[in-house]
Amino acid sequence: MGGAATAGAAIVVEGLGRRFGSFDAVREVSFGVGRGEIFGYLGANGAGKSTTIRILCGLLAPTAGRARVAGIDVRADPEGVKRRIGYMSQKFSLYPDLTVEENLDFFGGAYGLSGKALAQRIDALVAEVGLEAQRRVQTRSLPGGWQQRAALAGALLHDPEILFLDEPTAGVDPASRREFLALVRRRVRRGVTVFLTTHYMDEAEYCGRVGLMVDGRLATLGTPAELKARHVPGAFFAVRAGRRADLLAMLPGLDGVLAANPYGAGFRVRVDPARLSVEGLAARCRGVDAGAEIEPAGATLDDVFLQVVAGGRA
Amino acid sequence: MGEVVEPGVVLLAEGLEHSFGAVRALAGLSFRVAAGELYGLIGADGAGKTTALRILAGLMRPGRGTARIAGKDPADARSGVRELLGYMPQRYSLYGDLSVGENLRFFAELFCLDRRVFAERSERLLGITRLARFIDRPAEKLSGGMYKKLALACALLHRPEVLLLDEPTNGVDPVSRLDLWELLYGFVAEGMSVVVSTPYMDEAERCHRVGLLHGGRLLLEGAPERLVGGFEGVVLRVTGDLEKVERQLEGAGVIAVAPLGGSLRVVVGAEAAGPVEAELRGLGAEVERLRPNFEDLFLARAGGEGLPFDRAQGVRAEGAEEQRAQRGEG
Repeated sequence: MGGAATAGAAIVVEGLGRRFGSFDAVREVSFGVGRGEIFGYLGANGAGKSTTIRILCGLLAPTAGRARVAGIDVRADPEGVKRRIGYMSQKFSLYPDLTVEENLDFFGGAYGLSGKALAQRIDALVAEVGLEAQRRVQTRSLPGGWQQRAALAGALLHDPEILFLDEPTAGVDPASRREFLALVRRRVRRGVTVFLTTHYMDEAEYCGRVGLMVDGRLATLGTPAELKARHVPGAFFAVRAGRRADLLAMLPGLDGVLAANPYGAGFRVRVDPARLSVEGLAARCRGVDAGAEIEPAGATLDDVFLQVVAGGRA
Repeated sequence: MGEVVEPGVVLLAEGLEHSFGAVRALAGLSFRVAAGELYGLIGADGAGKTTALRILAGLMRPGRGTARIAGKDPADARSGVRELLGYMPQRYSLYGDLSVGENLRFFAELFCLDRRVFAERSERLLGITRLARFIDRPAEKLSGGMYKKLALACALLHRPEVLLLDEPTNGVDPVSRLDLWELLYGFVAEGMSVVVSTPYMDEAERCHRVGLLHGGRLLLEGAPERLVGGFEGVVLRVTGDLEKVERQLEGAGVIAVAPLGGSLRVVVGAEAAGPVEAELRGLGAEVERLRPNFEDLFLARAGGEGLPFDRAQGVRAEGAEEQRAQRGEG
């Protein structure tokens, strides 16, 4: 699962491991992230995502393997790594009783910025994220989407090459989410690399490539399209019908049906197109319920996740 | 059964209004849920979801309007309505130092279940939540997903007819999240009515019917596939020289641009779709039409409706009060 460990790589991870006592939180993880790439790092709670991020941000030393971030070895020079990266999570990035400006001032100090240089950076960032009118508002009284943009400004103060976004959009309304994404993408176009974790598979679809962690190991890695083709091959259909229970009883035994799961008012069916055509599926469904509606539905990363983590259970 | 509202309607919200001080959390919310229906209350933080569910659970009375569960007033403890209701708040308080099994027994005693009924139901709930092998683990040592499943099991011990779940999937990893949905499908198949709130648009399609809550009232309601089918824009996947493509897209008619696995996902108005597609193909880009999703619909509809907070001032109008109310509940 090596990946693109090229000379221009922003992140190179080789055989990375981290043991806590007798527990291996991260085991033999290897991947590369190219400059300007949006890389998604997914996994269940406890799968090793946070441990990996802490290592890559220079906050925790690995117990095995190596990681280079912006060309710097995280074990040899964790402070150097911290200067080159920005980190943002929805939860911990802001002091709620400080204003936007005070927060940025504080973070700037932490990065060794001060005086006129810091004031200019703050002006530029507040404009970039569109918070000019909210500079002097306590962050706790800002709506979630605006807090998120303030936190992004904090993570960008020292102009990092690599941005770690740890579940950055939890609970934010869709309009704010799109605005946030546009801000991040503007940076990506300027060559910034993004390392993103999320529990939400529609967000993972944004990523150029996605790595999926299971029990401390990198279980699979690829573009969203590659992962779907690799783990949930076949064609997906949405089936809607009145006699759901009868259909759900019939479908799993039908030759060519790979999976059938309830979904909304109907269910989703995955078939092997070589063995069962759309017409064949529709005919069998209508044999049970004449009113059954069948329409094509694409695979999702949820399908991939379930297949890889739980072996297709559910 | 108290007053009968309408055959088949198990949950009724009619013109619910509620304010916390100057902040209007609900502004005329009405919806109905039938037996065996899985209804999704979809909305961002501060849209009023928690206030609505707390009123329906009988934990507070609305400033105005009517809430009914099986025809009964949920705030009237003497009506026997509590036995019909299961409610799981966002931060469900289980006893952290009690084990999985002890928490279940505690809630069984609250509802005065006899020993045999408890044994039968807890065994089944532990089985379907896959918590049986953690029966001796203290609740505080469970993962987020397992904790939610235990909370759900506790809320189900007394076999409610109506189950209200406030953001049960928030912060829960994808596998546990899919587990939760699978459990809900099982319950509604047995005739239970479930109302589930979520801030995540991509969960809308998992519900039988959804209401899009925005600014304290419903903006849209219906079967998700029908609502999405009514979206008037066109969604494109564009692959090629993305820098050139993005420059080209800076024109009129483009509603949104987002990355999509190395391509771009472009939402355009219906009239602009043809010309935009032709221009992009002229640049040598590959263009494919995609199915719109719920978020596209929400943005198209909520765009002109004003946001749940004052943009000019940027101060949260809703949500802060709602959170305060929640904290009060502990």
